[in-house]
Amino acid sequence: MSQSQGTQPFVLFDNVQKSYDGITLVVKSFNLGIDKGEFITLLGPSGSGKTTCLMMLAGFETATHGDIFLDGRSINNIPPHKRGIGMVFQNYALFPHMTVAENLAFPLEVRGMTQTEREDKVRKALDMVQMGKFGGRRPAQLSGGQQQRIALARALVFEPSLVLMDEPLGALDKQLREHMQFEIKHLHEHLGITVVYVTHDQSEALTMSDRIAVFNDGIVQQLARPADLYERPSNSFVAQFIGENNKLKGIVKDLKGETALVEFTNGQQAEALAVNCEGIGKPTLCSIRPERVRIGSQAGMYATEGKVLELIYLGDHIRCRMSVYGDDSFIVKIPNAGDGTMLSVGQTIRVGWDKNDCRALDA
Amino acid sequence: MEQLQTLNGVPLKKQIARALFKQKVRALLLIAPLLIFILITFVIPIADMLMRSIDNSIVSQTLPQTTTSLESWDPKTAQLPDEATYTALYNDLKQAVEQKNHTKLGTRLNYENSGMSSLFRKVGKDVSKMKEGVSYKEQFLAADKAWGDLNTWNLFKLYSPKYTDGYFLAALDMKKTPDGIQRLPESERIYLNLFARTIFMSLLITALCLVLGYPIAWLLANLPMRTSNLLMILVLLPFWTSLLVRTSAWKVLLQQQGVINDILVWLGVISHSGRLELINNQLGTLIAMTHILLPFMILPLYSVMRTIPPSYLRAAKSLGATDWTAFWRVYFPQTVAGIGAGAILTFILAIGYYITPELVGGTQGTFISNRIAYHISSSLNWGMAAALGTILLTLVLVLYWVYDKIVGIDKVKLG
Amino acid sequence: MKLKPIFAAVSIATFSSGLLAADMAKEMTIVSWGGAYSNSQIKAYHEPYMAANPGFKIINDESSNEAVAKLRAMAEAKNITWDLVDVEGPDSQRLCDEGLAMEMDFDKDLAPGKDGSTPTKDFGDSLINKCFIPQIVFSTTFGYRTDVPEWNGKKPEDLCAVFDTKTFPGKRSLEKRPKKNLEWALLCDGVPKEKLYEVLSTPEGVDKALAKLDTIKKDVLWWSAGAETPQRLADKEAVIGSTYNGRLFDVIEEKKQPVAMLWDYQIFDFDGWIVPAGLPEDRKARVLDFLKVSTDTQHLADQAKYISYGPARASSQPLVGKHATLGIEMAPHMPNNPANAKRYLVNNIEWWSNNEDEMNKKFEAWLAK
Repeated sequence: MSQSQGTQPFVLFDNVQKSYDGITLVVKSFNLGIDKGEFITLLGPSGSGKTTCLMMLAGFETATHGDIFLDGRSINNIPPHKRGIGMVFQNYALFPHMTVAENLAFPLEVRGMTQTEREDKVRKALDMVQMGKFGGRRPAQLSGGQQQRIALARALVFEPSLVLMDEPLGALDKQLREHMQFEIKHLHEHLGITVVYVTHDQSEALTMSDRIAVFNDGIVQQLARPADLYERPSNSFVAQFIGENNKLKGIVKDLKGETALVEFTNGQQAEALAVNCEGIGKPTLCSIRPERVRIGSQAGMYATEGKVLELIYLGDHIRCRMSVYGDDSFIVKIPNAGDGTMLSVGQTIRVGWDKNDCRALDA
Repeated sequence: MEQLQTLNGVPLKKQIARALFKQKVRALLLIAPLLIFILITFVIPIADMLMRSIDNSIVSQTLPQTTTSLESWDPKTAQLPDEATYTALYNDLKQAVEQKNHTKLGTRLNYENSGMSSLFRKVGKDVSKMKEGVSYKEQFLAADKAWGDLNTWNLFKLYSPKYTDGYFLAALDMKKTPDGIQRLPESERIYLNLFARTIFMSLLITALCLVLGYPIAWLLANLPMRTSNLLMILVLLPFWTSLLVRTSAWKVLLQQQGVINDILVWLGVISHSGRLELINNQLGTLIAMTHILLPFMILPLYSVMRTIPPSYLRAAKSLGATDWTAFWRVYFPQTVAGIGAGAILTFILAIGYYITPELVGGTQGTFISNRIAYHISSSLNWGMAAALGTILLTLVLVLYWVYDKIVGIDKVKLG
Repeated sequence: MKLKPIFAAVSIATFSSGLLAADMAKEMTIVSWGGAYSNSQIKAYHEPYMAANPGFKIINDESSNEAVAKLRAMAEAKNITWDLVDVEGPDSQRLCDEGLAMEMDFDKDLAPGKDGSTPTKDFGDSLINKCFIPQIVFSTTFGYRTDVPEWNGKKPEDLCAVFDTKTFPGKRSLEKRPKKNLEWALLCDGVPKEKLYEVLSTPEGVDKALAKLDTIKKDVLWWSAGAETPQRLADKEAVIGSTYNGRLFDVIEEKKQPVAMLWDYQIFDFDGWIVPAGLPEDRKARVLDFLKVSTDTQHLADQAKYISYGPARASSQPLVGKHATLGIEMAPHMPNNPANAKRYLVNNIEWWSNNEDEMNKKFEAWLAK
């Protein structure tokens, strides 16, 4: 990943490793370049190393090995308060003994700004998050969403070029969370700042990010744009972690260019897009998104028989559990198009998909 | 405004009050055992102490006729009371000697005037020998010249009322005289000095506990649970050691031929003849009491610090604060509640300590409680002990009030 | 009239005393000082008495140092749980004055001496008030270290060595109360023994005594528990100090420390029993029975086998024998042995009961200066 000085990205993790106990590596080998103005999300289950990476960038953890560059400078030996990185914490970390305005003024004060300057900036920051009237309140007098906005404003008020967010929406209810996702996204676009965002919520990541780094087991499994990540997961972990997914177990029988012939557990064979196959005779996991499965007359060329096991009415679509290629947990999302397509449990129906939507991955 | 009613026509307010009344009764019943316990073990004893500090009924009860007779006597005339008063005294004393109350009165009056104790002890025999029909005044004067001393009669008159401020005056180094309240001569003033010393030293001990305890509490709060529990045992160790063991340990450590002095001499820091006096003075009290009371400071601090997530400090640093600013502006203010609780606890415990100051305090390191203990167990002057205790209680309450004004008692929390 | 039932009760008690064991309580709580002293009483009094009275039990309580306050609290609560209390003479005076201790009829309640003398005569001056049954004579005296290099081989020979910091430099260990210290100070300031209390009764006399104490004030370590001086002598913290003679015996003879006694102007005190006032009849009968037996000539002499305090009866003194474990003759270690008591004072309980409060204030004020 090392690049020459001139083209080096804004933030660069260069072969970063981290271990707490000297026995296991929490972060195994992390390489990531972030461009200015980018919104990058580190996504992964808890314990995958994503927060550790964020903390190393913020300066609260030191890398066991490797370098982190910010704007071309190695920041390994720069203490957190000199890095000038804004940060939003999981539980907001608003100082409970200060008013909202005092909280916002704090970073300005430690930077030695005059009072008038501070008041001006605090007012602007509060207006920016539509909290102009709340300057005199204490954090405890605010709702979760309001606290979230204040935390955001505080991380932005001193105009850092890089803002880190550590699961900032985790404590909010679903509706508020979705609303805040858009607000953060808008602020990011509006201010042109670089954001590194940590979450374990994949839909949040998909909604907000320019690029997503999916973490598991201390390694980045895939770094890609949201659409690519969803459409073209490069391994079975990513496929499973991002969105809903049908997994058909099988063995690679043949490999021709981009096409793999897979034999499933019930003996039937079908072609799939060979993305991450180890070779002929090796096990594989074919991943198909539920919404890409077609049924009945719409099923195309790569079709087989499926038996309906369960139907759940979900309003905009109907969730149908079927038995396909010997897998009883095969899910199909049938759009509620109002065209009267009615299935019944026990019915056998044709099921099919585009060959490129069935991705043969590592087992 | 129209009164709201429930569906069956009862005014809504009344219905709510009825429902709440039941809840209140239930709540009261739940706390009743504690309430009774506190009443018996706390409120009544304190009320009893307050009463004792002003109770003076022994004089008018033992000498009822005499005190009545003295009402018409004016000390300003500088004349001894008349024969009738002496006759009253004879009658009272005769009764008192039969009931063996005269020596008790002597003890009481001896607190005010040295010599009364033996005068009353002796009068037991004298009274039994006195004859009827002869002037009692002359017989008393013949028995002991103290009965012809105006001071004796002044004393009786001053202490005739059922209630007295005498104990309180004595507790403030003052004395009742026929010419009004006067300060004691300087060679007999001890209590004001002791009160001042007690408060000053208690504040100093509290401050020392805070300075020493704060970093320890911080360490405990920020270590992994297992390690901190282990360290906590060390903090609590003083609780589990008997006072005598601890005192002996301090003596071994601190005395002039003790371990610390030995080490300092060996290191050449001090000369053999210049060994430091670390015990049997104020320093000894400071060291020993700080050691004993440290846990009372650490525990509230620790439990408050435990509740402060590390993200506050991180947030402060990410916002550009140096380590010190982050601590002072963000962390420290949040521990004020714990400091408040610890300080109050330590101070109030310190102000009432007496065993440790007695053992290691020498002459300059003793507290007012030592005098209270002396009056309770040695001189048996419980009225005096009660007056000193009442003043101490009042001082604590006043300090508490000041504390509330400055820090705010609602801000105190134990975690 | 309240008095009649009391008289009636007393006559029944005296009648039954010593007659019927069945009428006496089966248990008795005896309060004493603990440690070696309690032990000497248990060995000399309690065990022989329990052996002679099967089924009877003595419960030992070591609360004597707070006996006065506790007895008063018990009397106020009207629940006396103690039967016999070991107190020092001055405390017995206070308890007697307060009506907390029972008044005794010595010639009736106590056994005559072995030589046939009446108890009043046998106990003599130690009968300091009507409530107090003396057991032992102890004294407060000085002990000094025998190996102080700064003393250049000189040894303290009289009391005034305590005040002579030039010849005998080093820390002194004195009790933190005016009693005894004031007397010693005046004696070394030239006041004759007979005039002591006359002088002390004037403010100038007290000032004189305190002025004398001032000359050694910076060299004094004050004690409030009797064990402190022996400990300080053993630790070399002090070179000379006052304490009870038994404590010094212990540090010299049993612990073999380089310490010696200074038998000059020791101050005698008595320690003995009082019976709390207001005991029920059966318990009172038992206590009186125990007292009669255990304060006779032989038993008092026996106690001296275990501790170096002198028996209060004159008739017991010739019977004092050897120490029970050390095997040394105890007579030379008795404070009232004529060789040790060439010059002495007796604690003036009467004077101190009048003046202790005032002296205490002056002494405390002086200490705080």
